[in-house]
Amino acid sequence: MASLGSTRRTFAPWADPTAKPYIRFENVTKRFGDFTAVDDLSLTIYEREFFALLGASGCGKTTLLRMLGGFEQPTSGRIFLDGQDMKGIPPYRRPVNMMFQSYALFPHMTVEANIAFGLKQDGMPKPQIAERVARMLKLVKLEPFAKRKPHQLSGGQRQRVALARSLAKRPKVLLLDEPLGALDKKLREETQFELMDLQYELGLTFVVVTHDQEEAMTMADRIAIMDKGKVLQVATPAEVYEAPSCRFVADFVGSINTFEGSVTRAGSAACIRDRSGAEFRVADAGAAAAGDTVWLAVRPEKLRVSRERPADAENALDGEVWDIAYLGDMTVYNVKLDDGRIVKASTINSIRRLEDALTWHDRAWVSFSADAGVVLTR
Amino acid sequence: MARLFSMIGSRFVIAVPYLWLLVFFLVPFFIVFKISLSQTAIAMPPYLPVFGLEEGGSGFVRNLRDLSFENYLWLFEDALYVNAYLSSLVIAAVSTLLTLLVGYPIAYGMARAPAGLRPLLLMLVILPFWTSFLIRVYAWIGILKPEGLLNQFLAFLGIIDQPLVILNTTSAVYIGIVYSYLPFMVLPLYAALEKMDYSLIEAAQDLGCPPLAAFWKITFPLSLPGVVAGCMLVFIPAVGEFVIPDLLGGSRTLMIGKTLWDEFFFNRDWPVSSAVAVVLLLILVVPIAYFQRAQARAREQES
Ligand SMILES: Nc1ncnc2c1ncn2[C@@H]1O[C@H](COP(=O)(O)OP(=O)(O)OP(=O)(O)O)[C@@H](O)[C@H]1O
Ligand SMILES: [Mg+2]
Repeated sequence: MASLGSTRRTFAPWADPTAKPYIRFENVTKRFGDFTAVDDLSLTIYEREFFALLGASGCGKTTLLRMLGGFEQPTSGRIFLDGQDMKGIPPYRRPVNMMFQSYALFPHMTVEANIAFGLKQDGMPKPQIAERVARMLKLVKLEPFAKRKPHQLSGGQRQRVALARSLAKRPKVLLLDEPLGALDKKLREETQFELMDLQYELGLTFVVVTHDQEEAMTMADRIAIMDKGKVLQVATPAEVYEAPSCRFVADFVGSINTFEGSVTRAGSAACIRDRSGAEFRVADAGAAAAGDTVWLAVRPEKLRVSRERPADAENALDGEVWDIAYLGDMTVYNVKLDDGRIVKASTINSIRRLEDALTWHDRAWVSFSADAGVVLTR
Repeated sequence: MARLFSMIGSRFVIAVPYLWLLVFFLVPFFIVFKISLSQTAIAMPPYLPVFGLEEGGSGFVRNLRDLSFENYLWLFEDALYVNAYLSSLVIAAVSTLLTLLVGYPIAYGMARAPAGLRPLLLMLVILPFWTSFLIRVYAWIGILKPEGLLNQFLAFLGIIDQPLVILNTTSAVYIGIVYSYLPFMVLPLYAALEKMDYSLIEAAQDLGCPPLAAFWKITFPLSLPGVVAGCMLVFIPAVGEFVIPDLLGGSRTLMIGKTLWDEFFFNRDWPVSSAVAVVLLLILVVPIAYFQRAQARAREQES
C-alpha cells in the first residue's frame, strides 16, 4: 500500500503538457429527440488514470459512458481512444469493457459462466479461464456462489458479479457505471480499495460513474463534476473540494456556506460586502473586479463557533444556535444569523467536553480567517 | 358465515377448471375409449353396446366380457396404421421445424419493432383467424394448383415453362401446415423475445461478441421457452391434422387424421377409429408432458 500511495502522489499526467491523452471527447453532443443529454462536452482522460464522473441523477453520466462503449453514437463531436477516432467502431471491437448500471447479467448462465463469457469469446485456453474466473470470484467474494444463477443472488451479489464480469477481460479501459451502489458500507469500502489496487497493479484506465462523492474522492485521481450534460470542473479531489470552480460544484461536493456580496476591494487582501452590510476580509478575490457580484464560499469545518467574538477573528458573524447535530467525532452547529440566514459550522470534538458546550438558543459567534473561503464568480 | 361462503367460493373457483377438464376432456375420452373396446355392428350407433344396463345385470356382465383390446392389436397388425402414425409424426415434425424457421424471424422483427408499432403487427398476425380456416385452406388450392396463381406468376416471370406440381403432394401439406399454424408459433416466440432485456445483447457485444454470436449465445437460449411452446402448439395439432392433408395432400399423403376420418365415415368402423384416436392421444401425451415440464421450469426461472 505504501508504494501505491507514493506513486499516486506523483501521477499527474494532466499537468504535463506533453502527455498524450488516452481518451478524448471533443465537443461531443448527444441528443435524444429534442432533449440534449450531453452538451458540447470536451474531456481528456489519461492512460492509467482513475477517473470519476460525479453528478446528479439524469445529468448524462451513463450516456457519456455508453458513447465511449459504442452503444450510442454522438449526435456531433468526436471521441478518440488511444489516438483513434471511435466513430463507426462497434462495441465488440473496442478495447473497452463496461459494467452496466442495470448489471445486464445473463440469466441463463451461472455466475461462473457469466464471468467467463468474455474470456471464452476471446478464445482464452480453458485452464487460464478457470484461473481468471477463480481470481475474480475471490476479488468480489463470491466463491461460494459460483454455480448459482443470477436470479438466486441478492442485489449486492449481482452487482459484484457484474463487476467481476467486466473486470475479467482486463480491458485497457474499464467503464464502471455505479459499480458499488448496492453494496453495504463496509463491503463498499473494502471493494473500493481492492479496485484501486487492481487498477494500479494491472495498469488499467478506469472511468467510474458514481453518485457518492466520498467514493469519488477516495478512489479517483481526478473527478469530473457534471450538470445537465456539461462538465463544470475536472480536477483532483482536493482541488474540487478546496477550489471549486463555481457554486454548483461547491454545493455538490460536501456542504458549504455561501455569502452573496459585491467586491469592494479586488486582488489580494480583498474586501467583500455582503447583503446585510457585513464586510468580509478575503485573502484573494482572484479575477473578480471591484463592483462584481461574487459568492464567498466557506466550508463548515473552516468556521469556528464560540460564545464570544474571538479577538483575532478576521471575519465574524453573530447569531443564535439554531440546531446542533452531535456526530461523536464532530459536532455540526447551525447558527441562525439575525437576518434569518443559517450558517453551518462543524467542530472536531478533540477534547472531551460535556459541560459548558453551546446549546440551543445560545448566542454565538461564527468566525473564519481571510483565507478560509473561496471567491466564486458564478 | 361470510368466511364460510368465501371458503366455499374459493374452493369453487379452484374446482371450475377441474370440472371443465372432467366434462370436456375426461368424459369424452372415456366414451371414445369405451367404444374402442367394442366391435362393429350394424346398429345405431354402429357398435356393440358396452357397459349398458339396458339388458339388466347379466347383460352388463356379458357386455363386459365381450370387451377386448382386439382393435388395438389390429392397429399394429395392419401396416397402414403404423405407417400413417409414422408419416404423421414425420410430417408434423418437419412442418414444425419449417414453421419455426419462418416464424422466428417474424417474431424477432416484431419484438424489435418500435413499441408503438407492435400492437399493429400483433393484429396482423392474428388477422387470418377472422376468416374461416377451411376457406383459407381452399384458397391455397387456388394458389397451388397447376393453373393456379403461383404457377401463373412464376410463368409470367419466365422462371418456369412447365407448371410445378405442388398440389396433392406432401409439399402442399407442408405449405398448408406452416401457413395455418404460423400464428401459434409466432405468438409465444414474440412473447418470449419481447420481454428480453436488450441490454443483455449490449453486454454480450461489450464482452467481444459480434451480433450473430450474441444471438446464438444470448437471444436464442433465452427465447427457448417460447420456442418450446410454439413447437408444441404446432406439433401436437399437426400430428392429428385432417383437413390440410385431405384438401392439399391428395390421396397419396398418409396421415393418421385422414385415416381416422376414413375409418369413421367410409368404413363406419367406430371401434377401430376410436382405437386409432386413443393411440394417437397416448403418442401425444409424451410431448405434452414435456411441454408442461418445460413451462413449469421457465416459470420457476422467471420468479
Ligand atoms: N434512449 C434515451 N432516450 C431518451 N432519453 C434518454 C435516453 N437515454 C437517456 N436519456 C435521457 O438523458 C438524460 C441523461 O441520462 P443518463 O442515463 O446519462 O443519466 P445519468 O447521469 O446516468 O443518471 P443516473 O445517475 O440516474 O444513472 C436523462 O434525462 C435521460 O432521461
Ligand atoms: Mg446512469
